[in-house]
Order: sequence, then structure tokens, then C-alpha cells
Amino acid sequence: MHLDHPETYPQRYSHPSPATALSGKHPAPTSSSAPTVRPDGTRRALRIGLGGPVGSGKTATVAAICRQLRDELSIAVVTNDIYTREDAEFLLRNAVLPAERITAVETGACPHTAIRDDISANLEAVEDLEETVGPLDLVLVESGGDNLTATFSKGLVDAQIFVIDVAGGDKIPRKGGPGVSTADLLVVNKTDLAPLVGADLGVMARDARTQRGELPVAFTSLTEPDGIAPVIGWVRERLAGWTAAAA
Amino acid sequence: MTITTTAPANRAALLVLADGRFPAGGHAHSGGAEAAVAAGRLYDATSLEAFCRGRLDTAGLVAAALAAAAAAGVDPLLLDEAADARTPSPALRATARKLGRQMMRAARACWPSPVLDALAAARPRGAHQPVVLGVTASAAGLGPLDAAHAAAYEAVSGPATAAVRLLSLDPFDATAVLARLAPDLDRVAQQAVDSARLALDSDVDALPAASAPLLEIAAERHAAWPVRLFAS
Repeated sequence: MHLDHPETYPQRYSHPSPATALSGKHPAPTSSSAPTVRPDGTRRALRIGLGGPVGSGKTATVAAICRQLRDELSIAVVTNDIYTREDAEFLLRNAVLPAERITAVETGACPHTAIRDDISANLEAVEDLEETVGPLDLVLVESGGDNLTATFSKGLVDAQIFVIDVAGGDKIPRKGGPGVSTADLLVVNKTDLAPLVGADLGVMARDARTQRGELPVAFTSLTEPDGIAPVIGWVRERLAGWTAAAA
Repeated sequence: MTITTTAPANRAALLVLADGRFPAGGHAHSGGAEAAVAAGRLYDATSLEAFCRGRLDTAGLVAAALAAAAAAGVDPLLLDEAADARTPSPALRATARKLGRQMMRAARACWPSPVLDALAAARPRGAHQPVVLGVTASAAGLGPLDAAHAAAYEAVSGPATAAVRLLSLDPFDATAVLARLAPDLDRVAQQAVDSARLALDSDVDALPAASAPLLEIAAERHAAWPVRLFAS
């Protein structure tokens, strides 16, 4: 398992301003168009979206991130289940966060609409969490299991993770699609299953690189101790960038 | 042959506001269709049409009248109370406020206006959606009839879209239902404007209070389902 590139890369579809382009620096590590300041003047939490096909391990990834970071950060989660509350209840059952830090948003059978075309319900859920349990450092917005074209609006999240798994077939990175090719981090999960399903991790890494260029890829096996480590490393970089941008 | 070249003012703004893709949260709501499907009352295009007619002449008319009155300049806070009084189901009241808040967000981004800001400040958790819709219409330079049309159309387009998803109904059949309802939408919108005019001259009691008990009861039960596709 490895994290391809330690440094933070420019966000998808965001172009450096002339000033940063000239200085050769990366743009600020956020591409979100959502205001960064809350009504009371404080800086809002960093928002990270997690998308990907059904069963690839989005909820397990969210749970692992929460377990790892909850003692040092104030975290909340918004779930967008196709069927209401299943994911929220998984997180509650496994007690990764107190109940008041988890909100489920209903998506009317269209999970991608709620994270991309009409983000109003999700924005409200995020803002309500900041209001009721805040101040928060990190809000994770988990999309309902969807297809390879689902991506988060920049009006909702600052960065997005796309989670696929080796059991879905090692050809998924080659197929591409907006999730695979443009997400800020591609997570290839369940690497422990690779020998069992005949998936070639080398092929997946190569195809991902073809689709994504320099954007990072993390291979994870959440059944292993600290299997979430590469994702945590990436989240920490994002948080550092978010905090630095505030200073 | 003469061609009428004058259109109502700001017609294009009405298209933006009434567009099913207007990002105000409507896509996650079925307008009672999900509960009706589960109860076996809604199962094909014919029953969809009956459902929509019932909804249009009850909840649709009330929503259209509230929207028209708000667009006509009746105090939105009084209208918000009037909407509460006309919505027996607590679940539907909560839904209306939630959607009102989402509509407010989209409205302020599209047509910034002090009237919208004032209503948002007075009702930070959301005013009833038709009231916000009416104030939005006036911020967009539209009139009471436009607001009524948008509210009435929404009352039936939501369930029709939901029925397509819930029943795998032929989308052409579902849209044909909406097209057949068009004259009724015009009638309800006009009725709504007439009552809004009365409300402007007297008070909000002049607004219709048509109710669909089955929609209210089903909404309460639907809100308690552990698993559902639509928020309402």
C-alpha cells in the first residue's frame, strides 16, 4: 500500500491565479466556492466529500477516519444514503462518533443530485452541524453509493475522495469517469482481496496514473491494522493547508 | 393574421424559477407520492393523474394562494402563520419550512433582495416554502399570477417526477399527465390570485384553506418510516 505523492496537488478544474502561476506555487488547497466564514465570523470546518460505487467501502473509510482523528479533531459526518439512514446507523452502531455529530440527508432516489446539482439539503445539514455541535475542524460528506460519474459540487466540499475497490474489478481505473479521473484522492480499497478476485494492483495503479496524471492514489486494506494510514496522511495535509490558508 | 408580441414581464425569470432543476431541494420530495405508491393508491399514469388533481385543488391551491399573496405584498410573516394554520400535519409543516429554507438559499443567490434578507433573518430556520416562493417571485420582478403558477405547477410536477422513479413509469406518460393538467393549473393559479387580492384588501383569512386529509395522514406515517427514498 502506498500514497503516490506526498504533496498537495492543485484542485480539479481550478486554475492558479496569475500570481500563483508566476510564483510557481500551488493555489490555496481549496476549490470550494462555499464561503469560508460562518455567520458569526469564525472560519468554518474543512469539508471533504467521499463518493464511489455501492459497497466500495465509503462508510468503512469514513468510520476509520473518524476513529483515527476524533481524539484530536472536532469531526462531524453527513451521510447521503440511497435508502435513508443505513449508513448513518452503521456509524452510530459502531459508535465512531456521538449521535449528534451524524446527520442523514435524504436524496429522493438520486444521490448524485444531492451532492452535485442541488446541494441545498447537504449545505443545510453541514451548517446545522456546525451550529449545534461546532466549532468543527472537519466535516465528512459521504455520498450514497452511485456510479462512476458522481462527483461533488465545489459549492459543497473543499476536496473529494473517490473510493473504489479491487473486488469491483481491476478495470475500473481504466474506465475512468469524472470520479476516478478528477477526485482529489482516489482510494483503491480492499487490496487484501486482490489475490482472491484476480485483481492486478499494478495494472490498477498504472491505469489510475493514466487517468489522473499527478493526482494521488491510495491503496488501502481496512481490515489491516492502520490500513487507513495513507488516507489519514492525505486528510492531514488538507487540514494543514486549510489551517494555513486561514492564517 | 396578427401575432401578439408582448409577453408578460420577466417571463424568462419565471422559467428559471419554475424549472424543476432550480436547486431548492425539491428533487428529494415526492409530494406524498411515495406514501401513495406504498398504499397502492398510485400505481399507473391514470392514478397519477387522479392523485395530482386531488393535490392541485387542495394543497396546490393553498400553496398557490400563499405564493400569490406573498408576491402581492402581503406580510410574509402573517402568511407564514396562515400556512401553519393550513397545514395540520407537523411533518408537512417541518417539510415546508425545510424546503422554504432551501428555496431561500437559492433565491438569495439568484435574485438578491432586501425583502428576501428580511424574511431570512426573521425565519432563520425557514419560512413555509410557498411564502418564500412568493417573495422570491417579487424579487425576480414577477407578479402574483407568476408566483401562483410556479407553486401550482410544483404541486403536481414533484409527484409526477417521483412517480417515474418509484414506479418506473414511462416518463412520456407522466409528462403527458402534466400537460393534460395545464388548463387546471391555469384555473387554480387564477383562483389563487383572486383570493390573494382579497387577502391584500382584508386579511389572510381570505386565503383558501382546502385540505387533503389523506395527504396529511399519509405524510405523518411516511415521516415515521425507517427506510424511504424521498424525504416527504
